[in-house]
Amino acid sequence: MSLLAVEGLETHFFTRAGVVKAVDGVSFTLERGEILGLVGESGSGKSVTGFSLIGLVDPPGRVVSGMVRLDGEDLTTLSEAALKDRRGRVIAMVFQDPMMTLNPVLTIGTQMRLALKAHQNLARRAADARAIALLEKVGIADPRARLKTYPHELSGGMRQRVAIAIALLHDPKILIADEPTTALDVSIQAQILSEMKRLAKAEGTALIFVSHDLATVSVLADRLAVMYAGKIVEEGPIKAVLSAPRHPYTAGLMRSLPSAAKPGARLPQIPGTAPSLADRPPGCAFAPRCAHADTLCQTEPPRTADGARAVRCHHPLAP
Amino acid sequence: MSAFLNADALVRHFAPTLTFGDRVAAKLGARVETRAVKAVDGVSLTVNKGETLGLVGESGCGKSTLGRMLAGIMSPTAGTVTLDGAPVRTGGAKATTRVQTVFQDPFSSLDPRMRIADIIAEGPLVHGLATRAERDRLVSENLTRAGLPPAFGVRFPHQFSGGQRQRVAIARALAMAPDVLICDEPVASLDMSIQAQIINLFLDLKEELGLTMVFISHDLSVVRHLSDRVAIMYLGRIVEEGATEDVFAAPKHPYTAGLLASVPRLDLSGTAQPLAPIAGEIPSPLAPPAGCHFHPRCPRAIPRCGTETPVLRPVGAGLAACHLAAEEQAPAN
Repeated sequence: MSLLAVEGLETHFFTRAGVVKAVDGVSFTLERGEILGLVGESGSGKSVTGFSLIGLVDPPGRVVSGMVRLDGEDLTTLSEAALKDRRGRVIAMVFQDPMMTLNPVLTIGTQMRLALKAHQNLARRAADARAIALLEKVGIADPRARLKTYPHELSGGMRQRVAIAIALLHDPKILIADEPTTALDVSIQAQILSEMKRLAKAEGTALIFVSHDLATVSVLADRLAVMYAGKIVEEGPIKAVLSAPRHPYTAGLMRSLPSAAKPGARLPQIPGTAPSLADRPPGCAFAPRCAHADTLCQTEPPRTADGARAVRCHHPLAP
Repeated sequence: MSAFLNADALVRHFAPTLTFGDRVAAKLGARVETRAVKAVDGVSLTVNKGETLGLVGESGCGKSTLGRMLAGIMSPTAGTVTLDGAPVRTGGAKATTRVQTVFQDPFSSLDPRMRIADIIAEGPLVHGLATRAERDRLVSENLTRAGLPPAFGVRFPHQFSGGQRQRVAIARALAMAPDVLICDEPVASLDMSIQAQIINLFLDLKEELGLTMVFISHDLSVVRHLSDRVAIMYLGRIVEEGATEDVFAAPKHPYTAGLLASVPRLDLSGTAQPLAPIAGEIPSPLAPPAGCHFHPRCPRAIPRCGTETPVLRPVGAGLAACHLAAEEQAPAN
């Protein structure tokens, strides 16, 4: 059995302008120690998928159907109290902005002790020892001294390391990281990506890495899921998907990368823009931008699976 | 080719504004920040006509400050910027309309209460570059050039997506008929599929209009694609400069090499290059390390690097500011 099995997850936002289907039937599985890259552009539903897994969707949003089975237990049926017990302990989250995790008026030490106390009864010395061990693990020098500092005394990269350390305090089975390196500088991003990959492999923590950037995901993920307008349109082992994408959207993204083109040459761009989720075209949402689209694409495309790979398209590209 | 846009020994410091009370407190030993940030610390560079210069660096390296001084919208603490021999700033104000800027965030660079046509026409009308009668033609011409239908002129910025707004910002800059376009991270806040569209737009404009461009970005793959020449900055100084292909193929400065090895890169085979991150953090620009600013993070630093500031000097076909750079160079014969 997979560690995590998400089936038919639908998260809708009931806004005055109508129902926005941010997540529209997402299914995937995650194994122990596996790193899944969840990639999509803004509004594709990748972040909302992450939030939905741990019941962090605020009104007017709501998970309207689907299952999130973690070790056989469906998280969507749990009470708020039960969810609170799972969050941070079994499934933890790291955000793009570390200040979403960190409280600006508390020292790092206090915050880490509080996070530990939420699920465990530890004496102060034991808590400090655990906190120091985690800070060390995420590559923070002189961790004992850091416990006494406030978030504003740390750089952006350090803060993100602390946020990751806090997320890992209880040895969660799953870590959801929502664009954790987007706000960081290139050289610091490289450090954090390398650390996260190392930690996931060393601790056996499964990682869902949400990102808007294929190149970033490609350095650490084992498997890739590409989202478009609320649906996963293609998934599979990362190298297989990127070397021979089967969905025209994935293929289009790969071709439009400047790093893949001859310098100075026009990039083979995808025309148009992603649809607004409140006003989704019928059938395949990518059809208006797709070179392969025909009348069949006005209907919902089927999901065809082939071994570890799956694609949601009427006209998948030849393997 | 001759130097078109020229920056000579540019310096820009940002000093905290101290009240009398702050000064007294500082004298008495209170922790008041009195140090100035040397955002740009002696930068000289030239951009030739029709050339695109990529300006690369991480946050706090001074690339945006340098870009603003090149555009004439910020006054340097010392040094001068000239375009075709004439200063871009005189008497504390911008003195030319020939340099225009496109900013990173198209959500804050467009006035939300103005219609697109007014946003585009405002500059040319104010500066007398166009008459009222020419207004409509000017607007539709530049919208078309930026890849938007002329009918969009009656709309407001909030009716557009990020990519379309960036096109409006580009149309606004083009309406001034500039010779030089300073682009400060113009694709950084755009989605993957939209980035390629805007990059293509810049390529088209460069070819059609023969624009000279300074392209500021932290994204090396974008810079590589668009620039003829690149300058790499670290903590206020240029550490390496050269033809794009030379710099990317054989970086002369250890920081450039480290930066290149830190960027996730993907090719069509789907293989990612493993990352080799630079150790350590970017030091505070308030107290940059002595000597070569990069030496505490440099894997090859020697004692001299901590005491003596390396000057930007010819190494191979380009320029590098590194004490060790020349030693690797094959002897010329």
